[in-house]
Amino acid sequence: MNLLRSYAGEFIDSIGRMSVLFMQTLYWTFHNLKSGKFDFKNLIEQMSRIGVDSLLMVVITGISTGAVLVVQIGYQFAQMGAQSYVGGVVSLAMARELAPILTAIVVAGRVGSSIAAEIGTMKITEQIDALETLATNPVDYLVVPRFWGCTIMLFMLTVFTNVVGMIGGSIVAVYQIGLTFTSFVDSILYMLLIQDLMGGLIKASIFGAIISIIGCYKGFSTVGGAEGVGKSTTDAVVVSIMMILAVNYFLTVGINNFNVAYLQ
Amino acid sequence: MIIVSNLHKSFGPKPVLKGVNLKIYDGESLVILGPSGCGKSVLLKHIIGLMKPDSGQVIIDGEDVTTFDQKKMDALRMRMGMLFQSAALFDSLNVEENVAFGLRRHTRLSNRAIHHIVSEKLEMVGLPGTNYLMPSELSGGMRKRVGLARAIAMEPEIILYDEPTTGLDPIMTSAIDELHLSLKERLGVTSIVVTHDMNSAFRVCDRVALHFGGQIVEIGTREDMINSPNPMVQQFIRGEAQGPMTQL
Repeated sequence: MNLLRSYAGEFIDSIGRMSVLFMQTLYWTFHNLKSGKFDFKNLIEQMSRIGVDSLLMVVITGISTGAVLVVQIGYQFAQMGAQSYVGGVVSLAMARELAPILTAIVVAGRVGSSIAAEIGTMKITEQIDALETLATNPVDYLVVPRFWGCTIMLFMLTVFTNVVGMIGGSIVAVYQIGLTFTSFVDSILYMLLIQDLMGGLIKASIFGAIISIIGCYKGFSTVGGAEGVGKSTTDAVVVSIMMILAVNYFLTVGINNFNVAYLQ
Repeated sequence: MIIVSNLHKSFGPKPVLKGVNLKIYDGESLVILGPSGCGKSVLLKHIIGLMKPDSGQVIIDGEDVTTFDQKKMDALRMRMGMLFQSAALFDSLNVEENVAFGLRRHTRLSNRAIHHIVSEKLEMVGLPGTNYLMPSELSGGMRKRVGLARAIAMEPEIILYDEPTTGLDPIMTSAIDELHLSLKERLGVTSIVVTHDMNSAFRVCDRVALHFGGQIVEIGTREDMINSPNPMVQQFIRGEAQGPMTQL
């Protein structure tokens, strides 16, 4: 019981500290935008790094998911004579849930771990202290570009996952299930609405923000040597994925309620 | 002038600084000696505001820096430079970008002017032409010298050296000491050096302080220390395994 209480206390403490880091990130973002000192060069470097690091995995994940989805539902729908809905159902599943979640999990594994390892190594080799002695706030220099880089790139990578998922699905639909390409695409255009796409992309951006804040937080809280960096890296991935899955439920409910209230 | 007054700091239940008192005069080179793990680096980090004390003051030019907000602290840090024990070069930046870091962030100098200053500082530390090497391509001594070039790039009034010669061979140790002395002569900076290297300490010091048990137990010139009747000072200077420092 005491152990459980201690874990709960630690968890609440971490959430509090991550929230403070998030608020500091927003503060430095607006402070720098207002004073014209926003480091766009650093942001673009981070964006290209996040994109390049994750692109191949995102392509494989997207194609495979789209293809598997069509295999799973294609035959069932064909038996019921509803094969004309395959494209639409696959695109809805991808746009609303699978693309944002799977892209976020891939990026959490690839980028979240790399952020935690990089900042953790900087912490134990006194590079963070060195930044401060050079009158540079570590949140401003390290967290702000990673936060916005991850947030923007998760949005863009999820668009990509959607597109390659549809391509993977259409290939299987045409060559394995026997649908025509036109009927697959027509079904997508008929069933998929812009709010379905946007809802998934908004979720992806929020997942990007979560991944970067957790990666940076775990990096800053690294203690010890190489073992500490290893622990921070693993923690960053595990906590990010758990947080993404937990937050996904609330975001889905929120977005659905919004769609029902304002867009239908 | 820098005045450290009754500084206390504990990590958990372990007290590291137990009322440190120290005065460092403008333009002098004060060496803080002491055994490993006695809190010398912690003291240095309090002077540059990387750590907050549990109680006590660090007064620089009449102002207590322990009460400074971020803006005032950053303004003070632009007048200070610090050489870290591990050099703490930014891994992802090359030598030029490391040395130019403060200049790029806090001045409006052109790229050309910054390149000129960086090359000049690298020349001063004996590493001309290394601008585009990455930190991973440098030896330990070279890394320390680049760290020093970065520390002096903004022409600071105060330089803090944290174990500048630890892990270096005797030749490189002498080179770093000579660099220290020439910087003092050319730039007139106030230096605080934390070390446990006796030879290096006596080469570069105006005064030496012995830090032990969370306090400054003795302070004076090199001759004062050599002739000190304090058995702790004598044990440390002679490097004896047995004595009051090891009995405590």
